[in-house]
Amino acid sequence: MEPVVHLSGVVAVLGGFPVLAGADLDVERGEILLLRGPNGAGKTSLLRLCAGLLPVERGEAIVLGHDIAADRTAARHRVGLLGHANGLYADLSVADNVAFWGATAGATQQEVAASLDRMGLSGRLAKVPVARLSAGQRRRTALACLVARRAELWLLDEPHAGLDAAGRDDLDATLREAAAAGATVMVASHELERAGALAHRVVDIVGGQVRE
Amino acid sequence: MSTWRIARLIAAKDLRIELRSRVVTNQVLPFAALVMVMFAFALDNDNVLTRVAPGLVWLATMFSMLVLVQRSFAVESADGALDALQVAGVRPAGIFLGKSMALAAQLAVLEVVLLLAAIVLYQAEVAWSGAVLLVTTFVAATTGLAFVGTLYGGLAAGAKGRETLLPLLMLPVVAPVLIGATRATEAAFGTNGASSSEGWPWIGLLALFAALFGTGGTLAFGSLIDE
Repeated sequence: MEPVVHLSGVVAVLGGFPVLAGADLDVERGEILLLRGPNGAGKTSLLRLCAGLLPVERGEAIVLGHDIAADRTAARHRVGLLGHANGLYADLSVADNVAFWGATAGATQQEVAASLDRMGLSGRLAKVPVARLSAGQRRRTALACLVARRAELWLLDEPHAGLDAAGRDDLDATLREAAAAGATVMVASHELERAGALAHRVVDIVGGQVRE
Repeated sequence: MSTWRIARLIAAKDLRIELRSRVVTNQVLPFAALVMVMFAFALDNDNVLTRVAPGLVWLATMFSMLVLVQRSFAVESADGALDALQVAGVRPAGIFLGKSMALAAQLAVLEVVLLLAAIVLYQAEVAWSGAVLLVTTFVAATTGLAFVGTLYGGLAAGAKGRETLLPLLMLPVVAPVLIGATRATEAAFGTNGASSSEGWPWIGLLALFAALFGTGGTLAFGSLIDE
């Protein structure tokens, strides 16, 4: 079976500096992969490249069967990215945000409600504007948006940051469920113990290159 | 998902944000009314004010529109939502049309308030014979302004110093709308003895402007926000 992500000799440049310098990586369907490495090693850049936000300068990059070196927008509708920002609208309620992002992927009201429930956001909290939430609650909301979008490839950058113990447990359970259902998950994290226990495989990113 | 469905979704989301935040009613409308009052103080002559009322209405519209456009893209960039829309594979043409629709709706409310302010403050008179021309002018000019505002708002969204860059980029481009809408509104008001028939050629200019920027924006918005 062909890998969900296949990178071979990928070079990417940001602001004139190479952020990926010949990265090679294969990720299989249903796999949870942990990317670890020091700050500035290229973890975030690798995730952004797979999401089609960072252009491929050189090399071969196939994501979900699409050649993103030729057209970086091709796989976007099947990818979900949770970066350092949450991508939420502060004036809208939790439920409105999840409904909006779910609707962009054609999610039904039941699926939106299930996503809120999965991340412990149903009930009164669902009606609260995002501007009034704590950092951890915002992260939960962003994750609920991702669940509602039913992405095939989940790209998560420090997803545990800001979450309390219950939130971390919900997140880990959600990722395991998603992987069991066939989604592929790539997690960049400094929380090696937590994310390491979750991952099927761990790779190191050093100087813009991937080391198994 | 079709482009129109995405556009409706984006427009509904933007309008819901404005209803919840009340930035238009609490900040933009008072700002626009204040501009109209300041014009009255500066010119301080009923005859002059009546004569220049159409131009002042459109000038105040354009100044206020800058605030609306900046607000429209500030909500997208504040927490990385524009990036998230791109990653979600939402069609850029749908984002462009949706944000234009929401901006047009807000501009329409603003223009009605400014028109009423011109009638009250500047003793501007709208003849029934000019009503159709006036409505057509407002529809055509609003459509063009919404397309230009969304296009340039998207262009400036990722730029450094976008708050100052946006007026510099946008105001020269909307000059044809200012001229066309002012002349057509003068004809609708009957300012300086102008007749309604004199206004219709200007509607052609406004419609052409809206068509050009609507088409250009629909095609180019994806590349603009991707950079």
